[in-house]
Amino acid sequence: MKLTAFKGGIHPAENKITAGMPVEQMTAPKMAVFPVSQHLGAPAKPVVKIGDRVLRGQIIAEPGGFVSVPIHSSISGEVVAIGDFPHPLGLTMTAIVVENDGLDEEIGYEEMDPSGLDADAIKKRILAGGVVGLGGATFPTHVKLSPPKEKKIDTVILNGAECEPFLTADHRLMLEQGDRILSGLLIIMRALGVERGFVGIENNKPDAIASLQDLAKKHKNIEVAGLKVHYPQGAEKQLIKTLVNREVPPGGLPMDVGCVVQNVGTAAAVYDAVALGKPIMDRIVTVSGPAMKNPKNVLVRLGTPFFEVIEYCGGLSEDTAKVIMGGPMMGIAQYTLNVPVIKSTSGILAFTKRDVDENAPRACIRCGKCVNACPMGLMPNELVKAIDNKDWELAEKLNVLSCIECGSCSFSCIGRRPIIQLLKYGKAETAKFKRNREEAEKSKAEQAGKN
Amino acid sequence: MAKKTVETPERYQLRLTVSASPHLRAGIEIPRVMFDVLIALAPALIGAVYFFRLGAVKVVAACVISSVATEYVCSKWLFRKRVMIDDWSAVLCGLLLAFCLPPTTPVWASAVGGMCAIFFGKMVFGGLGQNIFNPALVGRAILLMSWPVAMTTWTTPIDGVTSASPLAIVKQGLKDVPLPGYWDLFIGNVPGSLGETSALLLLLGGIYLLYRKVITWHIPVAFIGTVAVMSGLLSRDPIFEILAGGVFLGAFFMATDMVTSPLTRKGQLIFAIGCGVITCVIRGFGGYPEGVCYSILVMNAVTPLIDRFTVPREFGRVRGKNK
Repeated sequence: MKLTAFKGGIHPAENKITAGMPVEQMTAPKMAVFPVSQHLGAPAKPVVKIGDRVLRGQIIAEPGGFVSVPIHSSISGEVVAIGDFPHPLGLTMTAIVVENDGLDEEIGYEEMDPSGLDADAIKKRILAGGVVGLGGATFPTHVKLSPPKEKKIDTVILNGAECEPFLTADHRLMLEQGDRILSGLLIIMRALGVERGFVGIENNKPDAIASLQDLAKKHKNIEVAGLKVHYPQGAEKQLIKTLVNREVPPGGLPMDVGCVVQNVGTAAAVYDAVALGKPIMDRIVTVSGPAMKNPKNVLVRLGTPFFEVIEYCGGLSEDTAKVIMGGPMMGIAQYTLNVPVIKSTSGILAFTKRDVDENAPRACIRCGKCVNACPMGLMPNELVKAIDNKDWELAEKLNVLSCIECGSCSFSCIGRRPIIQLLKYGKAETAKFKRNREEAEKSKAEQAGKN
Repeated sequence: MAKKTVETPERYQLRLTVSASPHLRAGIEIPRVMFDVLIALAPALIGAVYFFRLGAVKVVAACVISSVATEYVCSKWLFRKRVMIDDWSAVLCGLLLAFCLPPTTPVWASAVGGMCAIFFGKMVFGGLGQNIFNPALVGRAILLMSWPVAMTTWTTPIDGVTSASPLAIVKQGLKDVPLPGYWDLFIGNVPGSLGETSALLLLLGGIYLLYRKVITWHIPVAFIGTVAVMSGLLSRDPIFEILAGGVFLGAFFMATDMVTSPLTRKGQLIFAIGCGVITCVIRGFGGYPEGVCYSILVMNAVTPLIDRFTVPREFGRVRGKNK
């Protein structure tokens, strides 16, 4: 098929140390912590009390709105605490703590044949399974599969690019459980009434590409494409550009160009939820990094504290200085290892003191590397100046809100300037500024209408 | 929070660094980039010492020492900011300035040039990254204005006899002085500024910079190409025009200065073509025999404007469509 390269981007060292390591199932934790918010949207509402006994697969928190999903327990045991708990996305969040009774009693699941289900029934089962985007954004999947009527969707794209260095969780999933992924893709296509499906995989995973291509032979409407290794190929908009040569307009969503993009892990979870009736209770986590003693891909129960996962992988080296959740380009640095694995934990990476950048930034010498690296066609150097001056009007004009925070600019910066840090701050402030201005304009218009 | 909960074992209670993503960097930094340019200038420097002997050594030493000293003094006592001479940029500025001075420049004038380059060319704007004009060229322009005779007195390589530069021979229409051949022009065996004469050695350095990805082909190719084409149009000898004077030094080392050239590839092409055109106009119609220095300074001034008109297209935006 014909592929279209996106502009910009970078090529960091791939470091896929764990690519050849089959997924190991980790033992269940002694205690599991389930934050009520592991997704974008309204936090879920706890429906259990301290002292309740819960089973594996049981709902312990109900959705808090339409853009929300239920939370399920991944172990059987007793609810011992409901309260604030450190969250891997930072700060604290209400969480339900379950103490494992070691019995691993599971609720019963109702299997169904997806080919007999209509779109609404599929979405209901996806919601019941607590399925969210597992690539990292954690947007509730049933919402993504409910585009407004005027948006005509003709393409579903599964994202198996896994363009972040170190991470191999999706790679192993595609290699070991490709049929789950393709079945999930067919269910998603069915829910959207779409005839065309793609799986995009970076060429550094030739075994996964070959295996999925082989499985896809049965389905005429599914195409598995190998993509150039080019960060951020796995960013939604860049993936659409590459596969179908359409550009999502600024401020728009993939559905504006007729596409829905889901992570390969999400597709597998969709299959579990719809066909097997099983909610998300575990996920594959790549445990790696220069400071990790025995890097592995592990199947971890959601709610398992990071330190237990790390302990399972042989612990950390003496000079560990940084632990992040996710990949090194967009992952989040942790201040404690007492945070639980959540639905979006694709990786736990540990870095040594040597890997941590502690030197002060130098001046911007206008080398233009950030401008050339930006896959969104922005000018990070100019944006940083606007944000430094708190000039939100200029930042908006320079399209700060289109930044996807991929980190290509900071990565390339020869002055080691904290560009992404400023852009994240600038995005939040500019969004606020824009909202205020729009509200002011609206009330002005209303005033004028009255007079 | 209830009583019973998850306890972190002591060995996992670590002091962890928390910082914003990304947690990786390309690893190429300003001092390394500046040092790469110095490495790239090394062949031409060796050539300069070979051709112009002690004169070259004195001018280079005076320029480099006065540049670094001026930056140190300015940062430390005058503007009271972090001293950043460890980034090699002041050394580079001094060396580039020396490269475009005659080998007979007095030591004191060289030192004044270095001071002016750093002070008026760089520090008054706020230091590295803030300046509009290439500091080395600012230094040269000031010297040329102040001591025009000393700045245009050339000597032959090796034996050091006063002689006109190839471009001056053309400009003044000196009939009795023979023009040097292409080979002498190419290897640098001609009178001229001490670092600009050898196209060969500068080209070696330029290739190193391209290999190290410090520069891209856009500026040097467009600059040299424009000079060749434009000279042809003005019925001057294109090969002579690109080899004589400072075109190679300017195209590979001065116009590619990141601070004072446009950000985008497209902008850089416009910038370099502008440099080439102005160089030829000055050589053909101006009062000076050589125009590389002023052409780059003029285009430096236009750079913000070029940047403004070469903003990259935002992903997903249709050109010409307003927000």
